[in-house]
Amino acid sequence: MFYGVELRSRLLLGTARYPSPAVLERAIKASGAEVVTVSLRREGGSGRSGQSFWSFIQSLGLRVLPNTAGCHSVKEAVTTAHMARELFDTKWIKLEVIGDDDTLQPDVFGLVEAARILSEDGFEVFPYTTEDLVVADRLVEAGCKVLMPWGAPIGSARGLNNVYGLRALRAHFPDIPLVVDAGLGVPSHAAAAMELGYDAVLLNTAVAEAGDPAEMARAFALAVEAGRAAHLAQPMEPRDMAVPSTPVIGKAVLGG
Amino acid sequence: MRIFLNDDAHDVEPGTLAAALESLGFGGRKIATAVNGRFVAATARPKTALADGDRVEVVAPMQGG
Repeated sequence: MFYGVELRSRLLLGTARYPSPAVLERAIKASGAEVVTVSLRREGGSGRSGQSFWSFIQSLGLRVLPNTAGCHSVKEAVTTAHMARELFDTKWIKLEVIGDDDTLQPDVFGLVEAARILSEDGFEVFPYTTEDLVVADRLVEAGCKVLMPWGAPIGSARGLNNVYGLRALRAHFPDIPLVVDAGLGVPSHAAAAMELGYDAVLLNTAVAEAGDPAEMARAFALAVEAGRAAHLAQPMEPRDMAVPSTPVIGKAVLGG
Repeated sequence: MRIFLNDDAHDVEPGTLAAALESLGFGGRKIATAVNGRFVAATARPKTALADGDRVEVVAPMQGG
């Protein structure tokens, strides 16, 4: 599904903002996720948090998708991607080039440029982008074989802000794996994305900041499965007027 | 000479990135490095000479979304 890697689970889970590593581990298991996102940050000579997190991630035996979160320039993102490739021993990179601090909206111009540089260097790029069709085209031209449009700004829990745009993107790229990344708040948002025909969803805060992260992870997993099944079952089209579901032919005539 | 490691000034013996990292407690750690904004692979650290005023970034795995 992603760069030749077949996965059973269509839910990718972030590892940040959980109350504890134990809660994170329970949430990952409950979600059924086979891919977890990770990041990298500065560590001092006496700090050990990165080392213990690395041991924890290795113990899970899952595939990791490192991100370039917080990068605002092409150069920063490209250097971070190189550090991530070495650190996590993977060609996969969730490429984020942030253009606005309030909305964490991607800088799509920098994103396309960084995606090209990294793709040419052998990376398998998962670009965090908007639902803009032309930007998506440019990303595919740059070498991306997966696209990850936002549902809404990161951590906002607003769901799918532009269903029309996401549907158009799906129709335009029938053969490119599409992942709704960011902005999901509740399982119905994930189900809606899957009903649109998206291949997967990536979420973090909605699970991490729920009152019971493991139970919310399970709820999201069920919603993703339900939405996918609904998509495959070909939903009926909405219409304006009522159509009786019970046949009227043969109805008793009782006067009145 | 003085280098800046994650913005903090450190006085180290003139030498390579690998030697500086060892002296500052990073030996054997799961880290990635950059010097003056350019990625330096682990295998290149013993061959990368540092100069006075160099800015070294050291990062480690962390939780992310």
